[in-house]
Amino acid sequence: MTVTDFVPVLIQIALAAGLAGAILTGSVLFGQRGSKNKIKNYAYECGIKSDGKTSTRFSVKFYVTAMLFILFDIEVLFLIPWVLVYRDFVANSLPILGPILFFLGVLVVGLFYELKKGALEWEK
Amino acid sequence: MELTDIAIKSIYAIVVVSVLMGFCSYAVLAERKISSWIQGRVGPNRTTLPIIGSIPYVGRFLTRLGVFQPAADGLKFLFKEDVTPAHVNKLYFTLAPVLSLVPALTTVVVVPFGYFENAAGEVVNLVLADLNVAILFLFAISSLGVYGVVLAGWASNSKYPFLGGIRASAQMISYELAMGISVLPVFMWLNAPGTDGTLSLVDVVNAQGGALWNAMWMPGSFLIFVVCIFAETNRLPFDMAESETELVSGFHTEYSSFKFGLFFVGEYAHMLVGSAVVAVLFLGGWHPLPFMTWADFGVHGWLAGVLSVGTMIGKLCGFMFFFMWIRWTLPRFRYDQVMRIGWQMLLPLSIANLIVYTFVIYFLERP
Repeated sequence: MTVTDFVPVLIQIALAAGLAGAILTGSVLFGQRGSKNKIKNYAYECGIKSDGKTSTRFSVKFYVTAMLFILFDIEVLFLIPWVLVYRDFVANSLPILGPILFFLGVLVVGLFYELKKGALEWEK
Repeated sequence: MELTDIAIKSIYAIVVVSVLMGFCSYAVLAERKISSWIQGRVGPNRTTLPIIGSIPYVGRFLTRLGVFQPAADGLKFLFKEDVTPAHVNKLYFTLAPVLSLVPALTTVVVVPFGYFENAAGEVVNLVLADLNVAILFLFAISSLGVYGVVLAGWASNSKYPFLGGIRASAQMISYELAMGISVLPVFMWLNAPGTDGTLSLVDVVNAQGGALWNAMWMPGSFLIFVVCIFAETNRLPFDMAESETELVSGFHTEYSSFKFGLFFVGEYAHMLVGSAVVAVLFLGGWHPLPFMTWADFGVHGWLAGVLSVGTMIGKLCGFMFFFMWIRWTLPRFRYDQVMRIGWQMLLPLSIANLIVYTFVIYFLERP
């Protein structure tokens, strides 16, 4: 596994971005052009004139979800190196079951705490 | 790496992307045909081409089948007016469709879709980049797709897209957790004692050759992963991003022409890659039957290549059909239900599943 193994990834990203760019350019070049008018520029609200501010406030729950996601996602990442060596350790009678159960226990306690706190309760 | 190597890799990449785009456009047709079939309608059956359409019987049959419909749809996307409303944030508004297409097309690099045996009898895997961190790469890149959705919602500066975008982003990140944990048992079993650690998808398929498929002895992981795939691709019953009966059409309400088309293609490309990953991780990849490989059937050489790719595409199409079948069978969840399923049911379930397999593998492997 060397750095050159990642070259196809770069090629693919360049290709995908190029394709998307070409399609958007083509759409601008070949697309019909109608006259601009005020009605067309309104934010779409089912044909009625847009009412109130367009950027509304939104629930703090979304922030909480995002923060909790980061915590748990990092914990999932920590599990991946363990997964790679688990069978090897068990076969060689190295202690791994206890420590990992402790780690998962901490994760579960954290999740349980969040649930009990109602951090993940959404209004019905 | 030499220049000719890069040229060859580029040609492979172009072939894969063209095939994927072809599959995407016909997946749209399949969706329309299957939905009409489920609802007892006829579906697209008028679009025709001048010469091919007038061949007796065959042309009529193909027209009835709607084979020419994707071409017409594509041209229509191209020639419609590309409206950019005055109230949007122009840079991000244009960037968002690109950001939702690029991750979907990039993840396909690590997905293996077959193998063949060359003249020397060596097995060559058909995959653009056989990374040893494939599954991490896959999760990392596919989760970037959330930026496309949330940017589209935010840059549109309009109420419905904003709600759709923010709901979808919270949903997509929530289901990523359960998805990440649910695949861990697969890789736990894959890394046998004394081998180098690997997260490669090619190795997952090879390990399932001549053995049980992962879905059979890890049904919990399989189910959780499939549910999460539905949520990640924003398909019904989890299509919070669009929910067209509440939010007009969600995050892409303000989009028109091919900008909308890119979201559409991106969604289907995401579904195709997702189906391929399910086939690779849990359904034995290109192996025809559990405990049997193509080599056991006495198939070697280029024929093995054709059959393995065919098997893979068959499994992929089967899973795509499952996607569409579910879409027209289940109603959409309410938003609080979606979040409850993600955090309070799937996440604890996936951790429980992981602990169960930790013990199972411990007792299997104990000296």
